[in-house]
Amino acid sequence: MTMNRRTLLGAAAALPALGGLPFRSARAQAANTIRIGVLNDQSGTYRDLSGPGSTQAVELAVKESGITQRGVTVEVVQADHQNRPDVGSTVVRQWIDRDGIDVVVDVPTSSVALAVNTLVREKNKVFLNSGAATSDLTGAQCSPNTVHWTYDTYMLANSTGGAMVRAGGKSWFFITADYAFGHALERDTGNFVKAQGGEVLGAVRTPFPGTTDFSSYLQQAQRSRAQVIGLANAGGDTINSIKQAAEFRITRGGRVKLAGLLVFITDVNSLGLEVAQGLVLSETFYWDLNDKTRAFTQRLGAMPGNIKPSMVQAGCYGSVLHYLKAAGDMGVAAAKASGVEAVNRMKAMPTSDDAFGDGTIRADGRKIHPCYLFEVKAPSESRGAWDYYKLLGTTAGDQAFRPVADGGCALVRS
Amino acid sequence: MADTTIDLGTTAAKHEEAGFLGFTRAQALAFGVLVAFVFISPFFLYPVFLMKILCFALFACAFNLLIGYVGLLSFGHAAFFGMGGYITAHTAKVWGLTPELAILAGGVVGSVLGLGIGWLAIRRSGIYFAMITLAMAQMVYFFCLQAPFTGGEDGIQQVPRGSLFGMVPLDRDFTLYWVVAFVFLAGFLLVHRVVHSPFGQVMKAVRENEPRATSLGYRTDDYKLMAFVLSAALSGVAGGTKALVFGIATLVDVNWTMSGEVVLMTLVGGLGTVFGPVVGAAVIVTMQNYLAEFGAWVTVIQGVIFVACVLAFRRGVVGEIGNLLKVKL
Repeated sequence: MTMNRRTLLGAAAALPALGGLPFRSARAQAANTIRIGVLNDQSGTYRDLSGPGSTQAVELAVKESGITQRGVTVEVVQADHQNRPDVGSTVVRQWIDRDGIDVVVDVPTSSVALAVNTLVREKNKVFLNSGAATSDLTGAQCSPNTVHWTYDTYMLANSTGGAMVRAGGKSWFFITADYAFGHALERDTGNFVKAQGGEVLGAVRTPFPGTTDFSSYLQQAQRSRAQVIGLANAGGDTINSIKQAAEFRITRGGRVKLAGLLVFITDVNSLGLEVAQGLVLSETFYWDLNDKTRAFTQRLGAMPGNIKPSMVQAGCYGSVLHYLKAAGDMGVAAAKASGVEAVNRMKAMPTSDDAFGDGTIRADGRKIHPCYLFEVKAPSESRGAWDYYKLLGTTAGDQAFRPVADGGCALVRS
Repeated sequence: MADTTIDLGTTAAKHEEAGFLGFTRAQALAFGVLVAFVFISPFFLYPVFLMKILCFALFACAFNLLIGYVGLLSFGHAAFFGMGGYITAHTAKVWGLTPELAILAGGVVGSVLGLGIGWLAIRRSGIYFAMITLAMAQMVYFFCLQAPFTGGEDGIQQVPRGSLFGMVPLDRDFTLYWVVAFVFLAGFLLVHRVVHSPFGQVMKAVRENEPRATSLGYRTDDYKLMAFVLSAALSGVAGGTKALVFGIATLVDVNWTMSGEVVLMTLVGGLGTVFGPVVGAAVIVTMQNYLAEFGAWVTVIQGVIFVACVLAFRRGVVGEIGNLLKVKL
């Protein structure tokens, strides 16, 4: 009894003394140092798509912005959010509160991106999203501190649905993962297909998560005699359906095409051309698209895992380059002082970089650039490593993304 | 774990009751250290990170109540934790409830869910019990994936922290920290009180030898169910508190991996010890947080530490310390 009472009393006595200690002082904030935090998946599904390659792209952007020659220091740090919103949210809080981070870059996985979006707005910093798909970032949950650079679900549905019909794929059948995300993809893509004069013959819902055998769904799709089988799913579901479609030789002969609504070049790479050939997909950047993208890829140098840059990594490069231009233009101190002002300056300036060409940023934070519809080459057509795509069609920037009035973004309504 | 005889005798109970709040001397000392740490640490460490530890510590304590003292391995506690989070987030954001009511709502829904799942699950024991809880928790996961109010993959975002009792705004991390610390300490003491009550004695009796407890006239199913509901309610409170801290409620918290994680926390800290779950939660959350900077190495390091823990500290960190000092912690 005496012992524990004494302990408690001792602890109580120690408290006021500790209360006098200063708050953990934030690291001295040098006025001419910009700190950039790259937050993405370094150990899971999206490692190749974003991961350390994104950090490398950001470092290239820092080098090429020329801002360091003007006496400005730029520090780049990275962290793994493990695709968990609470981990991502804690990391960003610590970055901003303690490490004086000014810009958060990349952040794939929609739930993490939306959490970071709220947080960065609260703290008035800058959020340059490249990796996340949700079009809510520039819609219902848009923020004056956020630029959504690379792609979103609306654009993917629009390009894959609309451009595919224009390229001749008139009749569609969907294999849809049975949850909100899959339904939304199916609905949006179906609308674009119909708007372009195509028709949707039907759809089959696959239980999510947990479906590994897609053979019956694929056969059902085949029986519908549709020209295009739309995969309104993501990740492992998409990979499995593509693999099994290859086993059934559904796409051989070229009459039926498989259209992936959320597939990236890294997925094509891991599937291999033998399996993925004939797959149709949309991206906003392809390393072998033109001289500028090839030059960009060249300058980026060897990537971890010997991969070519994905559109997400290219987006990290483009967005950071543009931010640093804006910051150089308005003064580093002013850019650091207010994230909203920095993003406003970014919106006021036209963008230009080797990865995405010329573009603009809309009032709701949406970056505007063209979107490309690609078909995966057959192994016989491929001339070398990472020669994966042939271009089927291009959707101009002003057509590719959701019209600013339809997003329900509060920034443009006022 | 050492007591092979059933502690139903009043002498043992009286002996334990004699200490401060039912603590033995060593436990009281450890509790003092814990309280001191809770009060002092926010001045040195990052409050949001500490709040996360406290939420998971409460969750692990609730889980430990079931596995450590009744001997029931639930593999579905994520359902209560995650659902508590969703309910708190929804009531705070859409209904505009004050934070204390929102957390309470999370706890109530957790306990109702626990009543339903527990009522079914306690009819079986061992691996069957674990499988039933897992199956039911997966059903809750599917519900959360499909129900409109949970926001599917994106989860419920932008949950306001609100004002405590409608008066004290919790926007500052530091203010919220004290609320979370209070919730944690209250939950911790509640678990401790339950474990060291006559009710807790029966729970332990059920753990050690269920037929014998039945033969002594106890309705063991009722005791198991009550423990299950209590554990579920506290898990709901922990999940709700976490939702307020981060302003989000997502599928990660209802996923089965979260059920696994709380088992891991309890194992690393020490099964059936009062302080083990707290230490275990701190270790696991710290790993998740501070290893985030190491990028791809995070999972490797986590794995190595886990293997080391399992090989070197079979009783968990706190269990081993207790064994070394020959005290019950």
